Amino acid sequence: MGVADPVAIGFFFAFIALTLGITYWAARKTRTAEHFYAAGRSVTGLQNGLALAGDYMSAASFLGIAGLVALSGFDGLIYSIGFLVGWPIVMFLIAEPLRNLGRYTFADVVAYRLSQRPVRIAAAFGTLSVVAFYLIAQMVGAGNLIRLMFGLSYELAVAIVGSVMLLYVLFGGMIATTWVQIVKAVLLLGGAFLLALLVLLRFSLNPLKLFAAAAERYGDAVLAPGQLVSNPIDAISLGLALMLGTAGLPHILMRFYTVPDARTARTSVTYATAFIGFFYLLTFVLGFGAMVLVGQDAVRAADSGGNMAAPLLAAAVGGRGFLGFISAVAFATILAVVAGLTLSGAAALSHDLWVSVVRKGDVPEREQLLVARLATILLGVLAIVLGVVFKGQNVAYMVGLAFAIAASANFPALVLSVFWRPFTTRGAQASMIAGTLSALVLIYLSPTIQVSVLGREEAWFPLRNPGLVTIPLAFLVGIAVSLLAPERSADEAFGGLQRRLHLGAD
Amino acid sequence: MKDAKTALSDLASAQWRLALALTAAMMVVYFGFILLVAFAKPLLGTILVPGLSLGTLLGALTIVSAWVFIWIYVRWANDRYDRTVTSLRGKS
Repeated sequence: MGVADPVAIGFFFAFIALTLGITYWAARKTRTAEHFYAAGRSVTGLQNGLALAGDYMSAASFLGIAGLVALSGFDGLIYSIGFLVGWPIVMFLIAEPLRNLGRYTFADVVAYRLSQRPVRIAAAFGTLSVVAFYLIAQMVGAGNLIRLMFGLSYELAVAIVGSVMLLYVLFGGMIATTWVQIVKAVLLLGGAFLLALLVLLRFSLNPLKLFAAAAERYGDAVLAPGQLVSNPIDAISLGLALMLGTAGLPHILMRFYTVPDARTARTSVTYATAFIGFFYLLTFVLGFGAMVLVGQDAVRAADSGGNMAAPLLAAAVGGRGFLGFISAVAFATILAVVAGLTLSGAAALSHDLWVSVVRKGDVPEREQLLVARLATILLGVLAIVLGVVFKGQNVAYMVGLAFAIAASANFPALVLSVFWRPFTTRGAQASMIAGTLSALVLIYLSPTIQVSVLGREEAWFPLRNPGLVTIPLAFLVGIAVSLLAPERSADEAFGGLQRRLHLGAD
Repeated sequence: MKDAKTALSDLASAQWRLALALTAAMMVVYFGFILLVAFAKPLLGTILVPGLSLGTLLGALTIVSAWVFIWIYVRWANDRYDRTVTSLRGKS
């Protein structure tokens, strides 16, 4: 580990060459804002399902969860499950309304029957907070992982990830980003499946024999709940944030604009949930496989967080070549996720803030595309700078924080605007701002920052993830503010919204 | 024509009822699982057959239940819902 492996580098360059080729092809097709943000709305259900899975399955879930299972057994599975259960919610409440009511961002839906500018400013605030924290977590993770796997310096790794991602998004827009996600999802699912298969071949293809071998070596305790869920309220708070945060992540929501109609949006969630669920079931096998075939001590020795469990397992069952392949897949995974995040952040900056707020909607196509690209460059540079600034910091909490903000700032406003007639502009604004701010403030006051990052003895706020407080708070604020000052135009426009929600655009 | 407006609001409330019921079902399954993990650790540690604990089985079933709920919704939406939508589009 920690030295540049020729096989890994070979696979990595093959991936870069393929995806830059796709970007070149996509750049020639990207001529309008609709191409740039929504891939011309021509993505099929299967393609979008794979792309959703690609956007969602980060390196953290591949390497992190496999490591967690390898080191703590059953407790790691709790995360695998938490990351999946948001998808049914996306299907039931989010996918079809987004497709039928919006154009490029989730703020389109919230603002559909409300005043454009106040709603979009508040929505951009929430979106950019989610994107910023998620990006920092991914960039820092990328720097550390690539140093560990390829032996590059941290700064160089961050710069490479940032620049390659920038090329995809800047030139290829959503078309390139979608295909990068598809390639990545196929590689990740294929790689994880092959790895699991190689593990199971040693246990006559029976996962139970693998689990039994783990229990024999480390005791039955690895198959039972341990210390992770010691405080049930904490676990429910985290679970709620993971579940509803999935349905509020801007880069996930944006994908529903790339399909032609609501039925395809539905199909794409079905595929995405099938792929993601299958992937998380595979992490059961990968984690226990690493526990048995690599051994907990060896996993811990390579990286105390367990992040090297899957790569070490690949080396153990498939040799050096397979290790190179899995390392390259992990790199590709990070690249694809940051590309999706950057594009959704750029859409909030350019489509919500510039086009709708500053220029009040009347903007020629050329300018929309230009501003979108400038916003992309800004975010790409910012991602690299933040990645370097946060070097060596403990950023593990940032993904949980991003989910908490997404669940508190975006999800309540989205659901209320589509399904609750009395919702008003002020209600939406208040709900999104209360959700974002309360999540930020409470996470700062929580043990996650006070104890784990700042090293204090105790924290003022007891929960490690604030979702249990901030999500109901955002709903309550939105409802209370709307009821206190009704908005007649929003009420009257509800019939039109319902019509378009179900029947689609004419 | 039993006017299109009533038919549309009937469709909207049917969709909302099913969406809400399935959302609630998913939450009950998932948070039920979390609560069992928190309060019934020894129970979930029960080994059913060598290698399979009750906890692992219920965890895998939670993932499977997400698939089942989605399957129920898609079956309804692709059939009843889409048919009504098509007929309503024709009317207006």
